[in-house]
Amino acid sequence: MAALEEEFTLSAVPLGAGPDGLLGVEQCDKTDQFLITDGGRTVILYKVSDQKPLGSWSVKQGQVITCPAVCNFQTGEYIVVHDSKVLRLWTNEDVNLDKVFKATLSAEVYRIHSIPGTEPLVLFKEGAVRGLEALLAEPQQKIETVISDEEVIKWTKFFMVFRHPALIFITEKHGNYFAYVQKFNSSVLSKYTLLLGQEENFVIQSFTASLDRKFISLLSLSSDGCIYETLIPIHPSDPEKNQQPRVVRSLLLKTVVSGNARNALSVLDQDHVAVLGPPLPASKECLSIWNTKFQTLQVSKELPQGTSGQLWYYGEHLFMLHGKILTVIPYKCEMSSLAGALGKLKHGQDSGTQTMPHFVNWETSQGYGLESKNSEPSKRILRRRTIEPSVQPEVPASQQLLSIIKKDSEKHIEIELRKFLATKRTPDFHTVIGDIAIGLLERCKTEPSFYPRNSLMQLIQMHVLSYSLCPGLMEVALEKTDIQMLQLCLQQFPDIPEAVTCACLKMFLSIGDDNLQEIDVNMESVSDYSDAVQDEKMEEQMGILQNGFNPEEDNCDNCDKELSKKPQKTVEETTSCPVIPKRAALLNAVLHSAYSESFLLPHLKDIPAQHITLFLQYLYFLYLKCNENATMTLPGIHPPTLNQIMDWICLLLDANFTVLVMIPEAKSLLLSLYKFVKSQICICSELNKIEVSFRELKKLNQEKNNRELYSIEVLELF
Amino acid sequence: MGEFKVHRVRFFNYVPSGIRCVAYNNQSNRLAVSRTDGTVEIYNLSANYFQEKFFPGHESRATEALCWAKGQRLFSAGLNGEIIEYDLQALDIKYSMDAFGGPIWSMAASPSGSQLLVGCEDGSVKLFQINPDKIQFERNFDRQKSRILSLSWHPSGTHIAAGSIDYISVFDIKSGSAVHKMLVDRQYMGVSKRKCIIWGVAFLSDGTVISVDSAGKVQFWDSATGTLVKTHLVANADVQSIAVSDQEDSFVVGTAEGTVFHFQLVSVTSNSSEKQWVRTKPFQHHTHDVRTVAHSPTALISGGTDTHLVIRPLMEKVEVKNYDAALRKITFPHRRLISCSKKRQLLLFQFSHHLDLWRLGSTVATGKTSGKFLVPGKHGDTLPLSKDADHLLQLKTKGPENIICSCVSPCGSWIAYSTASRFFLRRLNYEHDNLSLHRVSKMPACLRSAVQIMFSEDSTKLFVASNQGSLHILRLLEGSFKHLHTFQAQSGTVESMCLLAVSPDGNWLAASGTSAGVHVYSVKRLKLHCTVPAYNFPVTALAIAPKTNNLVIAHSDQQIFEYSIPDKQYTEWSRAIQKQGFHHHWLQRDTPITHIGFHPKRPAHILLHDAYMFCIIDKSLPLPNDKTLLYNPLPPTNESDVIRRRTAHAFKISKKYKPLLFMDLLDEGTLVAVERPLDDIIAQLPPPIKKKKFGT
Repeated sequence: MAALEEEFTLSAVPLGAGPDGLLGVEQCDKTDQFLITDGGRTVILYKVSDQKPLGSWSVKQGQVITCPAVCNFQTGEYIVVHDSKVLRLWTNEDVNLDKVFKATLSAEVYRIHSIPGTEPLVLFKEGAVRGLEALLAEPQQKIETVISDEEVIKWTKFFMVFRHPALIFITEKHGNYFAYVQKFNSSVLSKYTLLLGQEENFVIQSFTASLDRKFISLLSLSSDGCIYETLIPIHPSDPEKNQQPRVVRSLLLKTVVSGNARNALSVLDQDHVAVLGPPLPASKECLSIWNTKFQTLQVSKELPQGTSGQLWYYGEHLFMLHGKILTVIPYKCEMSSLAGALGKLKHGQDSGTQTMPHFVNWETSQGYGLESKNSEPSKRILRRRTIEPSVQPEVPASQQLLSIIKKDSEKHIEIELRKFLATKRTPDFHTVIGDIAIGLLERCKTEPSFYPRNSLMQLIQMHVLSYSLCPGLMEVALEKTDIQMLQLCLQQFPDIPEAVTCACLKMFLSIGDDNLQEIDVNMESVSDYSDAVQDEKMEEQMGILQNGFNPEEDNCDNCDKELSKKPQKTVEETTSCPVIPKRAALLNAVLHSAYSESFLLPHLKDIPAQHITLFLQYLYFLYLKCNENATMTLPGIHPPTLNQIMDWICLLLDANFTVLVMIPEAKSLLLSLYKFVKSQICICSELNKIEVSFRELKKLNQEKNNRELYSIEVLELF
Repeated sequence: MGEFKVHRVRFFNYVPSGIRCVAYNNQSNRLAVSRTDGTVEIYNLSANYFQEKFFPGHESRATEALCWAKGQRLFSAGLNGEIIEYDLQALDIKYSMDAFGGPIWSMAASPSGSQLLVGCEDGSVKLFQINPDKIQFERNFDRQKSRILSLSWHPSGTHIAAGSIDYISVFDIKSGSAVHKMLVDRQYMGVSKRKCIIWGVAFLSDGTVISVDSAGKVQFWDSATGTLVKTHLVANADVQSIAVSDQEDSFVVGTAEGTVFHFQLVSVTSNSSEKQWVRTKPFQHHTHDVRTVAHSPTALISGGTDTHLVIRPLMEKVEVKNYDAALRKITFPHRRLISCSKKRQLLLFQFSHHLDLWRLGSTVATGKTSGKFLVPGKHGDTLPLSKDADHLLQLKTKGPENIICSCVSPCGSWIAYSTASRFFLRRLNYEHDNLSLHRVSKMPACLRSAVQIMFSEDSTKLFVASNQGSLHILRLLEGSFKHLHTFQAQSGTVESMCLLAVSPDGNWLAASGTSAGVHVYSVKRLKLHCTVPAYNFPVTALAIAPKTNNLVIAHSDQQIFEYSIPDKQYTEWSRAIQKQGFHHHWLQRDTPITHIGFHPKRPAHILLHDAYMFCIIDKSLPLPNDKTLLYNPLPPTNESDVIRRRTAHAFKISKKYKPLLFMDLLDEGTLVAVERPLDDIIAQLPPPIKKKKFGT
């Protein structure tokens, strides 16, 4: 249930907000800190929870800031543009903006975008986009014109779409609106025409957008007071054919504000939007939270002193100009239910305690994970190191460690981690370990050169981590082809998603033998099969001599013959293990991992056919090994069980049946597997018969022992 | 160590009665349990769940309700329409009073404990005032149209809820009139049943009434408005019982399917103050109907037709996760139902209304000399029977009362037993294979009823503990008897002596009640010799060793003391074991020791058993410490003698026979063990409600 909390103001320094309000409010690399750019010359860094400014910078008299200051999340520097063309970069330590790094560009800048996990982007007024690095390398480079004359950029937003940055901007030309989506992994610029529907004479007052799986959901607030939704595909279906696809907008919420005033709109989450504006033409301005799913007004707050018609939303804070004062309204939203939306569910509104969201919002966390997974290699070294101005109070060891993880070297982290692990375990030990792992991974993602392998291994070996405690660990290991780590994860984590298991399997099968030899792999589950193989060979040969079978016989009906034939057919495939011991150990780790069939099957289909054949060969080999002894087990400390082997054979055959039937090299393998299974079935049916007789015998025996009401026995006490 | 021929007896077809009611008393931490045969048992939950007292059943007294009132007074009411108060000291019925409302189905004591409500067959709810000596009828509430099956007081004592058939009434205590009548839906899974019986109600302090009914529902009602608030459908069969914790933050219901459900009041969201009742844990410890449940501060207690009393500790309420946090399942009484005549190898089995006398069989294969059938003496061998066990006699009691206790004399010529109102003595004559029974009449007036009976070793004296605290000694002559002496109860106490022990030489008599110490009397001088200092835990078994006249006492906390009667002090061995402490596995056993015996040739040996093990304590061997293995089921095979001697300790345990109801030494090398396998009991119970199981 959405709720607005008590507002507070950030106005230690009076803001020289012009008639158009502020230029912008932007996030900083430290949580809780925001860069506020006013309409004139000043940039202020606020710490919101303390309601106090940490720093303030101004450009010289006569210069005008034309674009809101942003923070470069990769370096911690701040970037601002003044006089449309002059770029300034500075850090916390700088005092005077005149003396900081300056770059004059050849074209006018519209906005600079910066979000965590990627380098900042500069959007020019003509629609061209440049990465900051490229631009700084050559500031005077030529900037092309993308949009037509008289087309004006109205609004823009920068996203991470599945690890890749994407920029959307809306332009207007004679009352027509166009949306451009620029993707940077493919450098494709897609242009869409926004069809406004019937109400074509209304102007769009405000835009906001959010990511909805494969679409950008663009919400627009029209001057008729309604909110419309437009879905813009992220991946254009056929950009070649249709030069300018059109996207139609649909009505999402009707008449939420009166259309005459300056209104603003911001998406809060999947189902909630914040709307700023007067609900009725005559009334005062209000901030309202609407649930778009249930079309209900969740909460509303009156702002009697008027606003500038601007609204920013970061994390849990809504920023707006109330009168002349910048106001922050914390916003909380628990998972909404129909009952909650309709007001049926009562909620304990105790103002004193902070309400925490009680449900883990999987969508959000997953989205976050995807966004933060991006790790574009940064080509620029840090210009200057930022120093935390505040002094750390007494913090728990884990917090200290987390802050160490954020900035120190791998070696130092490793030492600190060892110290931390040596201390006494607290009840929340596993969550702390999870947090540390996530901290390490976060840094891995932002800093590609950073890979604290030893520390991660150490954490995994604490036996408390699970996949869900540190999502992304195995992905990073897969990315780095860290075989040893993957094996350890497979052995330790109980909850690895099938997709990841399968990705590991793929890697284990595809990696070259030479590469494998260099890697240190835990060989516990693999015992030396060579002796056994020798024995088997001998046995088989003896069998052949004794039975004197007919090799031309190809009839599978006779079980006895099958039994005797089995060895000869399988000799060529089973005399030696089809994979080297190290690979066998890795494959065994996969065999041991838990899975759910229906989730694993689709992923198994993606493995190339020759790898499937190899894996099947290995499984067949293990299966034969199992059958060598009466207990149906493999030698070794922690070998795969017969059930696991059988299950995986079934899975592989199920998933790749058609493929295996088609390829010639699998044919003999399948045939011998079939024959062997058939012979096994014969044995089993025989065993079944014997078992029944034994069961009866046992029953008789037991009855004799237990049903007797009276007996005289001998008891000896020791 | 010891090699024995064991007569393994399984023909004692004893079936405990089903449990009808349980009532938990928070102050004394005691649990009263009534069974379908009218027996009422008192368990002391503080003393390792020991059954310290029992009141014998009565055919006409089917108990339907049991409750504790102020001053730890225990009341029961039943289908004979009477309210009974029990005398917990003298182990007797204090009085019974007819409520004049037909069979009584329900009873509840007021929160203050000074008033008693009963719900009767004729639809009346009657209020009684509890006076110090008796209860007094006060008035009737508005008559309802059908029987009142359940009653519950509001904690403030101003209102009550009464469950009837198809509806629940809320009464105002002052006016005695029904304030609300809440109709219960008869529908059951869409099918309309004929009637919906409200088996239980609970009135919470916030005015919520919780009802459980025959349609399998647990329902929450608002007593202020008389409206239904919430329904939980918990079973396909009847929900038969409900009990609420004192804090009203959790309650428990029992169903006819044998399932017990725990409901807890939990917050809707983790920080909010709003709470709701949530069904949290199901327990399936019963196979049959759970007729009754109770909720102690730390445990859920349930009992039913399958005769088990189940005490399931709530793990979140248990502070220390030790052995007390384990589930307890009490099936067998903590007293002896079997006595044995060593000389004639007879076993006397006590049932509620009859006694069975059996003669044990024999084998020609002897322990040491190798016979022609097999090589005897190997552990675990079954010896061939040359003569099977004979059922010699079945002795039925007349009248509706249950047998309290019974005993066969060591010589096998006397059988004594007692009901609540009469003491019986029978003389047996053996002429070759013929057995004749003579009634010994004209029992002395003082011998009205007995709690415990004991014969002396030479069968010449009979010791009877009466339920008024006095002990009688009778001299037995051929076919008659003579009253020798009566030891009166200690001045000021009327506590009954539940346990007796006689020294083999017949000179000493030890008797123990439930709380005070063990008294030792001199039979020769007919006076009190000494009193063993009182111990915190009740005595579960007593015996006096031959020759040394050491009194061995077992307590419910599994401690064993050895007290020298001639020296009037604890023996050295007893001091030593108290100093070192018992092995932790020994202390963790959950059934009490019910019998202690001695070996005639080996004075250092003490034989004792509980329901799951038989043990010989060899006092000459070193005591085990916590590091040594207490119970070693495997015989030392190829270990060297040195190791064997080093690891040998005083406790020689066998867990071969279980559940073990009786075990004693017949002669030097022969034991008798009476087992009662649980499967055999289950086989004699009525079939449980059939539940569809997956795959069947």
